[in-house]
Amino acid sequence: MLKFSDDKLKEVKKIIDRYPQGKQKSALIPLLHMAQSEFGGWLSPESMDYVASLLSIDPIEVYEVATFYSMYNLQPVGKHIFEVCQTGPCMLNGSDNIINYIKTKLNIGVGETTEDGLFTLKTVECLGACGYAPMMQLGDHYREHLTKEKVDAIIEECRGK
Amino acid sequence: MAKKVLLEKAHIKGIRAYDVYKAQGGYASVEKALKMDPAAIVEEVKKSGLRGRGGAGFPTGMKWSFLAKPEGVPRYLVCNADESEPGTFKDRYLMEFLPHLLIEGLIVSSFALGSNSTYIYIRGEYAWIVNILEQAIEEAKQHGYLGKNILNTGFDCEIYVQRGAGAYICGEETALIESLEGKRGNPRIKPPFPAIKGLWDCPTVVNNVETIAAVVPIINMGGEEYAKIGVGRSTGTKLLSACGNINKPGVYEIDMTISVEEFIFSDEYCGGIPNGKRLKACIPGGSSVPILPANLLLKTAKGETRYMNYESLSDGGFATGSMMGSGGFIVLDEDQCIVRHTMSLARFYRHESCGQCSPCREGTGWMEKILTKIENGKGQSSDIDLLWDIQRKIEGNTICPLGDAAAWPVAAAIRHFRDEFEWHVNNPSLCLTENYGLAHYADELSIVS
Amino acid sequence: MAEEVKKIKVTIDNITIDVPMGTTILQAARLIGGDVVPPAMCYYSKLQGSGGKCRTCLVEVSKGSEADPRPMPKLVASCRTGVMDGMEVKNMTSPRVEDARNGVVEFLLLNHPLDCPICDQAGECHLQDLGYEHGKEGTRYEFKRRTFDKHDLGPYIQLHMTRCILCYRCVYTADQLTDKRVHGVLSRGDHSEIATHIEKSLDNNFIGNVIDVCPVGALTDKTFRFKNRVWFTKPMSAHRECKCCSGKVTLWQRGEEVLRVTARKDQWGEVEEWICNECRFEKKNTADWIIEGPTQVNRHSVISQGHYEQVVKPTETFSAVHGGRKPKLLMDIHSVSEVNDPSVDLSLINGPATGEVFNHPTKTQE
Repeated sequence: MLKFSDDKLKEVKKIIDRYPQGKQKSALIPLLHMAQSEFGGWLSPESMDYVASLLSIDPIEVYEVATFYSMYNLQPVGKHIFEVCQTGPCMLNGSDNIINYIKTKLNIGVGETTEDGLFTLKTVECLGACGYAPMMQLGDHYREHLTKEKVDAIIEECRGK
Repeated sequence: MAKKVLLEKAHIKGIRAYDVYKAQGGYASVEKALKMDPAAIVEEVKKSGLRGRGGAGFPTGMKWSFLAKPEGVPRYLVCNADESEPGTFKDRYLMEFLPHLLIEGLIVSSFALGSNSTYIYIRGEYAWIVNILEQAIEEAKQHGYLGKNILNTGFDCEIYVQRGAGAYICGEETALIESLEGKRGNPRIKPPFPAIKGLWDCPTVVNNVETIAAVVPIINMGGEEYAKIGVGRSTGTKLLSACGNINKPGVYEIDMTISVEEFIFSDEYCGGIPNGKRLKACIPGGSSVPILPANLLLKTAKGETRYMNYESLSDGGFATGSMMGSGGFIVLDEDQCIVRHTMSLARFYRHESCGQCSPCREGTGWMEKILTKIENGKGQSSDIDLLWDIQRKIEGNTICPLGDAAAWPVAAAIRHFRDEFEWHVNNPSLCLTENYGLAHYADELSIVS
Repeated sequence: MAEEVKKIKVTIDNITIDVPMGTTILQAARLIGGDVVPPAMCYYSKLQGSGGKCRTCLVEVSKGSEADPRPMPKLVASCRTGVMDGMEVKNMTSPRVEDARNGVVEFLLLNHPLDCPICDQAGECHLQDLGYEHGKEGTRYEFKRRTFDKHDLGPYIQLHMTRCILCYRCVYTADQLTDKRVHGVLSRGDHSEIATHIEKSLDNNFIGNVIDVCPVGALTDKTFRFKNRVWFTKPMSAHRECKCCSGKVTLWQRGEEVLRVTARKDQWGEVEEWICNECRFEKKNTADWIIEGPTQVNRHSVISQGHYEQVVKPTETFSAVHGGRKPKLLMDIHSVSEVNDPSVDLSLINGPATGEVFNHPTKTQE
């Protein structure tokens, strides 16, 4: 049975308190973020059902939301997710080359995870870093002005973690 | 040097922290505004001529005055920090460097509108900015600018940061409200507008980050004084995020009196095109506004200089003009392929369509497929006409403006660069390896050494 | 004392009607009836919150109101736009509406499988009607149509996601008729789908109504699956004592056999009273029901073809039958076929007619 730690449950309560009484469903998106980071980087049906029970809503309301937003992973993913932007401004600055380089370097396609379970490559649409292109999101942070050398360094950095 | 009222202090060391910000004159507008009548604040904002900085450019004071005030019903202010329009990253800059400016603006605006619980809806990917904002809120609270009975005025206000989870559509105000309610980001069918029925069915105002930040100088200097900056109906300053093929990408504050040419080529701003390349085209206001070839960008169809403001950028309508939009300024040099770029934007809009209404759900994917086909040398001449017809049938027929946002880039690309599309169709093998180049798009006058 | 609801005037396609304040353009058009009624694929008057999504009911407001006569710049969804006093609306009379509607029909059919020959909804499908009335011949779409993973919704309801037009009616139905919704719209954009995420069967006692509200063949009755074509079955109004619902239904019969039970529907194809699963799925014997008589079926419906009891040979003129509309297609069969040459009097032929007879019509007349 999945369960948040007591500290996390306190945080859940704090989030729910931000909204008027009876509007606890508003906490759904923050809680799904929390569930994703606490329960293995993705949202299994069990963790979504758990979130539904915390908010006293029907599980389908959680599934509807979780499948709508692109940041939620509905399948297991690698330990480190390279989310490389491919939209217009990044494309103008060579994001395609970066994506291809990562593919070759890690020997995976877009949406795939390396055999050792360390890396997943995803292409994403505009992340609001157009002036610092090409870029990718790694965890909670952006890696910008990417070059092949920088990608190499990031891979090494992740392997060291 | 253009006048700065928002980013003036962005480079002061430690400005992110309350103490430094306060020492620089921060929170003066709160001290001033909370002694005013809320209606008088709305009046100042009206006088300032401030227009929504999120993209639509709707007068903020007017939006505020539409807010319904039924007895016994809470009202809400929601700050739209779901910055997702390709080419736009100005709000991010503002929140990262000047979080207290946003919080200050939010306190004043919440007081003006009577919002006791104010929410900042920030795009989910800006995770680290959530911490920056929450820290600023905490500091403001410690110093009595937030919480109960602020400055002994009896006004209570809390600000909460809510993270999205990856959906461009949540930048549309009613989709944002849905998302804030813990639902899918499906835009609502209007009317009713949020000013009457918004968050949890209560009267709600949704304003962009930059709009809220601009309230601070408006209160500090007075609406009339603020209106003196800029020109005509483009009052005040505007943040522009410049990107693409330029020497100095970044966020710039302009006072809307400078020319487009100056903005692109002067060292104070974009610093020209790298590697001695020439300017081919530009999308001046975020990916959804019409792309303009260099010759129409620097000068209007009448041959007049084009300026960086709402009126001048839209001079000529969609036939020969574009829009100020969100201020996402995307520059394309002579090596860029218009078809490929348009395809990338079409993919973006297909990916971001919520799927609620049929023209957008089906039409965006169809346009992407046809553009991919043309880009890969498999297109026919009739595909260009078909694309035109599809975008025409999406535009104006959808629930929310995403349909228009998807249609306009395709329409403008065909309108101004049809010969490049035809070249792709007629040179199926060449278009994969070579570029159509500059053709006649460049303005001879614009070559700056 | 009940407050008098203010009546206001609205003109749709040059026909003026007084309606209560708060009426939508679509409702006003339905009060007028006939061709001024815009088609509606997602709006359902019995489902709160429905409408606005499919965009088939877009109309042009050429005059906003008496107070503010400016036209509305964009076409508006008539199902979700309230009328104003003095408003003037163009539906059939607007070329802009016709053009936009053509577009919407094309979009709705873009990824639709067009598997009508094996679809149980064929014959009572609103998308078929819409395509016939407002669509264009052929498609300009040349790409592979969208497909979805199969999803089992249990013993009663068959889901064909490829046919779905995402009207959301079934979602509203489950929200408003049942206490716990288990299906919904998942994913987003062009791969949005009706699903349960983890396979679950829909078994609420009123969930069967999603079949009746579905405008296409996305949700069909599993107990009727491939049993018959609707136009071969005979609709009969019937009722029974039911603890859960009104028990008022339409039985779809072939001979004495009850092949299908549905709720009764009004002239807009909307359910009159919701029925329970027991009435719908479990009562398939005529003995279960008190039969009231044949259901009136619109003469234009293909279903009326298989249903003779109430049909009286029309005495009206052709144009009266069509409510003043010009027929869409009227072809003289003799212009393309030699069979049944009008100069041949079949009654004069001895024995079966052969090609020989028609090739030499004069022979028989001798």
